[in-house]
Amino acid sequence: MKFKTFAAFVGPSLFMMLVFIALPLVSVFTQSFYNTQPVFEQVEIESCTPGFPDPVCVTRTETKPILGEDGKILTQTRFTGLESYRNVLELGRVKDALANGSWRQLMAIDFWKALRFTLTFTLLTLPLVVVVGLAIALAVNNAAKSLRGPVIFISLLPFIITPVIGALSIRWLFIGDGILTSFLEWWLAQDIAMFAQGWTIELMMLFYRVWHVAPFAFVIFYAGLQTVNQDTLESAIIDGANRWERLRYVIVPHLMPLIVFVALIHLMDCYRVFEEIVGFSSQSHVISLQWLTYDFLTPDDAGNRSIGRASASAMLTMIGIVVLLIPLLTRTWRDHKGSH
Amino acid sequence: MYLRNLVVSGAISLMGTGAFAACSYENETPVSMLSAGFEAWKAVSDAMAECGNFTAELDQEFRTKQPAAFAAQPSLYTIGGVSNGTITPLMNEGTIRPLDDLVAKYGQDLSPNQLIRIDGKIMAIGMMVNTQHLIYRDDILTDLGIAVPTTWDEVLDAAEKIKAAGVVDYPLGATMKSGWNLAQDFNNMFLGYGGQFYDENNMPTVNTDAGVNALETLKAITAYLDPEYLVSDSTYVQQQLQQGKIAMANLWASRAGSVDVEGESQVVGKVNTAAAPLAMEGGAPATTIWWDGVVIAANVSDEQADAAFRLIVEGLDTEMVKANNGAAVWLIPGYDPDRLAQGAIATLTAQPAPQAYPSTSAMGLMHTAIGNGVSDYLTGAKDAATTLADIEAAYLTSAKEAGLIAE
Repeated sequence: MKFKTFAAFVGPSLFMMLVFIALPLVSVFTQSFYNTQPVFEQVEIESCTPGFPDPVCVTRTETKPILGEDGKILTQTRFTGLESYRNVLELGRVKDALANGSWRQLMAIDFWKALRFTLTFTLLTLPLVVVVGLAIALAVNNAAKSLRGPVIFISLLPFIITPVIGALSIRWLFIGDGILTSFLEWWLAQDIAMFAQGWTIELMMLFYRVWHVAPFAFVIFYAGLQTVNQDTLESAIIDGANRWERLRYVIVPHLMPLIVFVALIHLMDCYRVFEEIVGFSSQSHVISLQWLTYDFLTPDDAGNRSIGRASASAMLTMIGIVVLLIPLLTRTWRDHKGSH
Repeated sequence: MYLRNLVVSGAISLMGTGAFAACSYENETPVSMLSAGFEAWKAVSDAMAECGNFTAELDQEFRTKQPAAFAAQPSLYTIGGVSNGTITPLMNEGTIRPLDDLVAKYGQDLSPNQLIRIDGKIMAIGMMVNTQHLIYRDDILTDLGIAVPTTWDEVLDAAEKIKAAGVVDYPLGATMKSGWNLAQDFNNMFLGYGGQFYDENNMPTVNTDAGVNALETLKAITAYLDPEYLVSDSTYVQQQLQQGKIAMANLWASRAGSVDVEGESQVVGKVNTAAAPLAMEGGAPATTIWWDGVVIAANVSDEQADAAFRLIVEGLDTEMVKANNGAAVWLIPGYDPDRLAQGAIATLTAQPAPQAYPSTSAMGLMHTAIGNGVSDYLTGAKDAATTLADIEAAYLTSAKEAGLIAE
């Protein structure tokens, strides 16, 4: 292909990627080193609020931002270097916790608590998604032709549902005297509260995520299964390979690039786990890194938000994803080089 | 124009209902409002819509939208529905206007209690008060011969008796959903024990006896709650009450009316309200006072502000209150407090009286720090002193970052 044609095809996407991915990333990166704060003054303010029967007036010293001449809050931005990162990572407290050898103390620090959950969540769901996805793909592939359409449709449903809605549906099935909790209570004949402790919530999150993502893995693997060399399979059968051995030595090696692909996408997606935290309102028990960023970014009633720490936490999340992806990327790179 | 269309189509459009029936004049200038979405706001916006040319957007996400919408030039809404918590960012950014001249012009019928003055200027017109107070099953307490509790110790004693009698699933309900709700329950108790959140230099002062006492009382309460209390918000507690699953709760006055809604509630007529319990003898009830009211944007023309204020006067009139008497504890003349309003009034008139929620920039940060920190004590992850120290540390980090405290 001529370079000009190539450029004409790739140009628009490159431009989009620059505007919507690269620039925001650079902006977040820069913001994580700066801190913008309003200029405050201390003022005595008398405020009157309703009471019965007469209004109640109190005078208090309040800290209020100063308004500039344009009617906007006066702000000052200063370079803070790594301060936001230090505030997120809280390394001083980590050192204390490690010195005491106390896991509990370490888990009391937001970032590390979030990292612990994010990592276990990502690494536990990964094999489950791959295995469940592969199992569905094999089942569909071996199902009678007339059944395939409906089975594919039904197995794709969880993937189509908006993540937050999916999480909320599971929450409603289990919260309080939800249908499934009531069923479990009847079945096990004991009182069950799924949202009362951390591990049951984590279990529901794992279940939800696998339920939601497995169809994606299934679609990819199912497509891959259509390209398995039938001659190789037949010769394997003639050689006396049983079902398991055919899977182990013919199908899985053939699907390996796809498995790596699914793993890559899943790691990237899963490390940003967020819907589950909001959907299950699990903040008291487990939080994730993405939720931490969101929490920094959400303004409170008085309108405060901490952009600096949110940016730092977002950058740390990105670094985390890159670190997780390195083994898979190097593997893909080796295969790519090897095939030439 | 595009934005306006979007607002109109996306919002619950209330135009035209009643076809100018009860309005004393016809409004010519387009006026829009963004407010919270509970029953009282629906009543008020319906009344305003009777004058025509009015659109209301009732949205529970109003607190995030309002500061940005009012900072636009011109403001995206003329009227804002606020509470004493959510007025703070609008005040800080100077995006709402003083109403003194408009009150002088049109506000003869407003009660002095409705004029919310900040720094000497009338910044909002109040319409109702809200507070968390005791809501209890009168039939259960009477059957078991328990007097209506006035302190948290008595609440806990009563809860023990109710538990022993086994008449409900859980003796108590509480809005302890982690985050804002849980923080507010802590705040109530902390103020009830005479605590102060921060000193004059914005340095935190929650790691005190009042803080420890507040945490311990909260923990004692949790023994009588549905074990899933860390996900239970006001709506959840309201439903527990309506379905007869709990016997008592310290719940918002604005939720009290729901227990008498036929078809939704199984306990119609069986529920009464009383003052918020005291945390300690001689203290104020362990709660805070809130008001809800309306403000007018600074970034609109004087003509629009004028029209908006006339609508407010019309929407907050005696006629509206008479038609919606049970929807809230109204501040508006003509309000006739019913059975379920007794708790709110007893709370407000208690001596010493509870504080109004002290909404400031520092309090916003403190509220977040408390909301994220308290659950660690309730789940047993930390002891009281560590929990409070960590809340102070989290607050200090945010306050330094926000510039409230010098480095």
